[in-house]
Amino acid sequence: MTANQEGAARGGRRSAYNFAYLDEQSKRMIRRCILKAMAVPGFQVPFGSREMPLAYGWGTGGIQLTASIIGPDDRLKVIDQGADDATNAVSIRRFFKKVTGVETTEQTSAATIIQTRHRVPETALEERQILIYQVPSPEPLKRLEPREAETRKMHAYGEYGLMSVQLYEDISRFGHIATTNSYPVMTNERYLMSPSPIPKFDNPKLGKNPAIQLFGAGREKRIYAVPPYTQVRSLDFDDHPFKVQRWTQSCSLCGATESYLDEILMDDKGQRMFVCSDTDYCATRKESQQASSNDGTSGSPAHPSREAEKGPNS
Amino acid sequence: MSAMETAGIEPGFRDPVFDSQHTFRCILDAFGYVGRAQVLSRANTRIGPLDPATIAVCLTLTDFETPIWLDPVADSKPVRDFLAFHCGVTVTSAEASSFAIVGNPASMPRLDQFALGTDLEPQCSTTLVIQVPAFDGGPLVRLRGPGIQSDISLAIPSLPSWFWEDWQANHELYPIGVDVLFTCGSSVLALPRSVSVEV
Ligand SMILES: [Zn+2]
Repeated sequence: MTANQEGAARGGRRSAYNFAYLDEQSKRMIRRCILKAMAVPGFQVPFGSREMPLAYGWGTGGIQLTASIIGPDDRLKVIDQGADDATNAVSIRRFFKKVTGVETTEQTSAATIIQTRHRVPETALEERQILIYQVPSPEPLKRLEPREAETRKMHAYGEYGLMSVQLYEDISRFGHIATTNSYPVMTNERYLMSPSPIPKFDNPKLGKNPAIQLFGAGREKRIYAVPPYTQVRSLDFDDHPFKVQRWTQSCSLCGATESYLDEILMDDKGQRMFVCSDTDYCATRKESQQASSNDGTSGSPAHPSREAEKGPNS
Repeated sequence: MSAMETAGIEPGFRDPVFDSQHTFRCILDAFGYVGRAQVLSRANTRIGPLDPATIAVCLTLTDFETPIWLDPVADSKPVRDFLAFHCGVTVTSAEASSFAIVGNPASMPRLDQFALGTDLEPQCSTTLVIQVPAFDGGPLVRLRGPGIQSDISLAIPSLPSWFWEDWQANHELYPIGVDVLFTCGSSVLALPRSVSVEV
């Protein structure tokens, strides 16, 4: 046993939890489903979702995935809309700290497991890192076909014509594809997949990523995966190619022009600023700028908290 | 099982919780980085003809919910007793199995003899655990697909002559089909159904 394991085992006994909360039988069942999901990228594998001490809507699908894979030597990062300090992220991180004793981190590059809601980190991931998405609504066809038995058949036989019709109706109504979040993708040219409610800005990061990407939907009891180096294509049309969001502004804190920006209301007079949604990315850039400018003054603004805006999933 | 019957059964993992977690992560890496061998450093028990990696995979993934098939080499009293005691598995036919343990690949059944799943439930297929004497030295094949950056070559020896032809037929049924975990000593190497082969 490593020192970490002994600490974790002691912590587990003290708090009267199983290591990582789930019992071994549940972990085994979820682990088997993860491997099936890896073997059939984008296919939603049904699993026996367990009761967790957090309510549905707080990422119980992602939590069960993390609980089934995490070990004493992992370093866990949890983000909500890119921020480590949002309420949802803080409570999940605290939960795992308590039931595993593992080290946590805010640094994307230092994490072995990253659990996320709504964002893919800006910092490129590496091999053997695992990105776990909390998915509130795994079915990309739900808006078009509410009956689950029917959507399962559509996936089984690759009948995705309706989805194209839907996107094309967008184009004829708005002149462009209006969907900006959960923008549907085709995974490994076989399964239509909802990339959880990430902004379409993040869609290009899903494909050919060196990291393992796992998706967990607790309420809907589905697990799916995008293995490393898998082809993931955002749906589009020849005359309306897929495009990501771009901002005319740059980040007010770090000056980034390539990152996903949140608009923050500064005061009640309507003053606004744009800042990186990914707090670790922004802080790391600011630190390296300060180090290189060597000025040492502490006058730069802190990242504004966006706690209030980050409630549970609907 | 009575106390007398369990007396001769070898121990499983030293620490079931942490060793199965660690082993699972190696298996997950094997499925994520296809064609690259992963060392199961917690694999420590050899039972009859079965290597530590083969046993560690069973300890990590199988239980009373996963009926297994044993080939004639694997199917021995020590193996049955060990798996019944530590995993609680029941032994079944190839076509009804969740996992199939192949101790002698040369005489294994054709791949379509196992559970293949269906269009609606492609997950209901057999995972074959095929124990081989080495991961190199055999005929060279080239793999492509998810988990592989561009392509990777593999030269697993001791497989039946029809194996890669069957594998390509298995891949053409995608998303239906079996998945394979090759085991050797303390190492594993995965071959998920999404991967195509060029001989
Ligand atoms: Zn920034």
